Amino acid sequence: MTARIADIDDGPGRHGVGARLCVPHDDAASAPWADKLWAAVRTGDEYAAVDVVTDALAAGLEPESVLLDVIGAVQHKVGLEWAANRMSVADEHAATAINDRIIAVLSARRPANSRGRITVACVDQEWHALPARLVSETLRLRGWRVDYLGAQVPTAHLISHIHRTGPDAVCLSSSLPTRLPLAHSAITAVQAAGTPVMAGGLAFGADGRYARLLGADAWAPDARAAADRLAAGSLTRPVPAHQAIDDLPHLGDQEYTLVARSSTRLVRDTFQRLEQHIPAMRDYGDEQRERTAEDIAHIVNFLTAALYVDSDEIFTGFLTWTAEVLTARRVPARSLLPCLDLLEEQLHDFPRARRLLDAGRTALASRP
Amino acid sequence: MTSSPARPRTGAVSTVSVASAPCPVVVLDADGHVAELNAVAGTLLPTARVGRPLPSPTWLAAADRTRPVPVTGTVGDRSFSAHPSVAADGRTVWWLMEETAYRSASAELEAERARTRFLTEASSALLASLNLERCMEVTARLATEHLADAALVIAPTAARTLPVVACDQRGELTRSTVSEAPDSVPGLAEALRGFPPVPSRWIDPATAPDWLIPAGFGEVGSLVITPLPGLGVPAGALILLRRAQQDAFSEAEESLAGLFAARAGAAMSAARLYAEQNSISDTLMRELLPPTLRQTEGVEFAGGYRASKDTERVGGDFYDVHPPGEDSPETLVVLGDVAGKGLEAAVLTGKIRNTLHALLPMADDHAKMLRLVNNAMRTSHHTRFATLVVASVRREEREVALRLTSAGHPAPLIIRRDGTVEEADTGGTLIGVLPAITSRTARVRLAPGETCLLFTDGVTEARGGPLGDTMFGDQRLKRAAAECAGMPAEAVVERVQMVTSQWIGDGRHDDIAVLAITAPRGAHLSAVDGATRGRYTA
Repeated sequence: MTARIADIDDGPGRHGVGARLCVPHDDAASAPWADKLWAAVRTGDEYAAVDVVTDALAAGLEPESVLLDVIGAVQHKVGLEWAANRMSVADEHAATAINDRIIAVLSARRPANSRGRITVACVDQEWHALPARLVSETLRLRGWRVDYLGAQVPTAHLISHIHRTGPDAVCLSSSLPTRLPLAHSAITAVQAAGTPVMAGGLAFGADGRYARLLGADAWAPDARAAADRLAAGSLTRPVPAHQAIDDLPHLGDQEYTLVARSSTRLVRDTFQRLEQHIPAMRDYGDEQRERTAEDIAHIVNFLTAALYVDSDEIFTGFLTWTAEVLTARRVPARSLLPCLDLLEEQLHDFPRARRLLDAGRTALASRP
Repeated sequence: MTSSPARPRTGAVSTVSVASAPCPVVVLDADGHVAELNAVAGTLLPTARVGRPLPSPTWLAAADRTRPVPVTGTVGDRSFSAHPSVAADGRTVWWLMEETAYRSASAELEAERARTRFLTEASSALLASLNLERCMEVTARLATEHLADAALVIAPTAARTLPVVACDQRGELTRSTVSEAPDSVPGLAEALRGFPPVPSRWIDPATAPDWLIPAGFGEVGSLVITPLPGLGVPAGALILLRRAQQDAFSEAEESLAGLFAARAGAAMSAARLYAEQNSISDTLMRELLPPTLRQTEGVEFAGGYRASKDTERVGGDFYDVHPPGEDSPETLVVLGDVAGKGLEAAVLTGKIRNTLHALLPMADDHAKMLRLVNNAMRTSHHTRFATLVVASVRREEREVALRLTSAGHPAPLIIRRDGTVEEADTGGTLIGVLPAITSRTARVRLAPGETCLLFTDGVTEARGGPLGDTMFGDQRLKRAAAECAGMPAEAVVERVQMVTSQWIGDGRHDDIAVLAITAPRGAHLSAVDGATRGRYTA
């Protein structure tokens, strides 16, 4: 493996895979504005971007549509462009920062709080805050009182916030499946505090399967659906007495615990074996070697996440997506295979991990 | 006659007679007439006559005689089960076994189980939240589900209005405040006072004010006010209402209500204490939290903070941005690091921040300002030291002019438009140790889109990485900074925080503070207020 898939973690690309930040609602009315905003964001012109939003509102586009079908659509495109290697990480951050700032323009349009109170937060270690921000603003536009806690909220903060404010529900956002174990502990903790949880974001699967698996009280595919669900009636309060292991009996085999605990050593050993395996690696510079190690770390992270929820799809989805990203950067995707082989050598005592690695190989082999 | 112990006794005719049976026995013929009854049965069923149909109990008289099965029912206030045996001529012999004690025991057991279930459910629901309003809601809901047709929970308050949570007969919760003195309801004021302890008090529903009765409740049959015992503080009162057609409260129900009130009171007073503690720590913490930064005087500022412990919000790192004032024409930015972690270090950052704030008029001379801070630190009883960077920021045309001075702190990085990253040429002695300190100030100009990045060693000394336990280091920070060329200030801060956090992973880390000073790319005169179109200078 010679290329960086390191950006996978911090890149926006995961937004672009398989699902949407939000589904454009009224294409005909909003599409021209989305195009204008895209042009402004692409050139990094914040003020032009503010003007697009102000003009769209003045032209009569609903604030919610401006938020989701214009700003949300542009953010969705940012993810696609990054995956296709047409945008750099810096461009992506700049675009996201501009989108984040112009959302503030809409805040003047908020109606008075007439409904209940909702807390919106990203799971610990989750940096992609924009989807959660879109949910917050949508709920505010619909009259909820929203406490938006932002990116990577440690569960302890979230729980103390719940005790302070007593929200009707918590909306929990996560984009990366590698955050699912943390998401699970956040969901269980919020429920133990007597508050229902709605999960959202790509980490929970395009159909919300992991939200259900981890015992969330509700799931929403996008901001509109989240607002609709909350408007339809309050979520049922969870039964407080609940152990995390009850949701995931397969954790009893300890595979997740053991692999997660030894993941750094696993990465290090795989890296050393890979060096013996691919002679060209010995000529790598320090930075290139570090990138390779990061790539292995990503594979191990997704493997452990897949072990946690016991899902092949998490691991194979990551590998096929990575292969696409590598191909877009003109790096042959077959470089992933030796890594899987080396991991399997070291994990031969773990049947579930071996099953996942097998599934990963099959998925990579069946790519066109 | 031969006898053998092995001889089977099956087929032996029983000699037990109906008359000698220890329990009531009634023999009915095929038509349901009483064929025979023993003395015990005669006492139990005084109206039964041989040769007549059985007048009562009906459950026995009506029992199937062709294929009889055991039946149960009551006679007077006693419970029986009747077990049939089929005799000759289509007769059925009913053996009546008394079950009165068994039935009342199992009814009592069931009731006790229900009470335990309720109290367990109540305990875990009440334990879940430390939020007073939630606890009041849970109390009202549980009381309505298990004890009454409707319930109100009233919190004690120093204000003139009473916070009330009501759960009506449909189970719907409403929160309100009632602007009425507690004296308007007999016994309420005493219950809310919490001391001296008062028993539950029945009041005449007719004297209850309207706000006590939920809309559409109908006629109130009984109404009881129960004080909620708190943990040394008043916790409030619980009011239970039953409709006129419902039974009044039994003794068992009243004692159950008392047990429930004790739990609810404990939960509510714990929630109240938690809220009070929180508001105290919030007040004390407010001055210590890092400020929210925004564009000031045409320059972008953005900051990011992460305390070493995820459960804490403050630590030994700090930053401030002071906009220009009467005596100080420039914006002054300060970012620093006090030795130590946690709350104790945070308290000291508060002192340094206050000192620097007071020294703003000295900001034209960084060396003098740092000398004064050094003196103040050395004379305080704290033995800790600090490192910091001060930056005076002034917008000049489209550029931003900076004076940067480090006091023992890592030099700020300058991120140029083309991705070059320079270290500002500044250095100096740390603060709070030596009697005399020296410093060297750097002058830097930022063109539009360029950034000056201030950071603490929590970034560069972060340990982690894919192979574990590698130091993040200056080179990696510079590489990450180079990728931030041309980004807005918030994006730079977010990017650096993200790269650092990912490097750390699940590992331990120090406090981390990052602050970006950026010359805006598009020169813009009016503030972005969302109401007007922007105006441009270029």
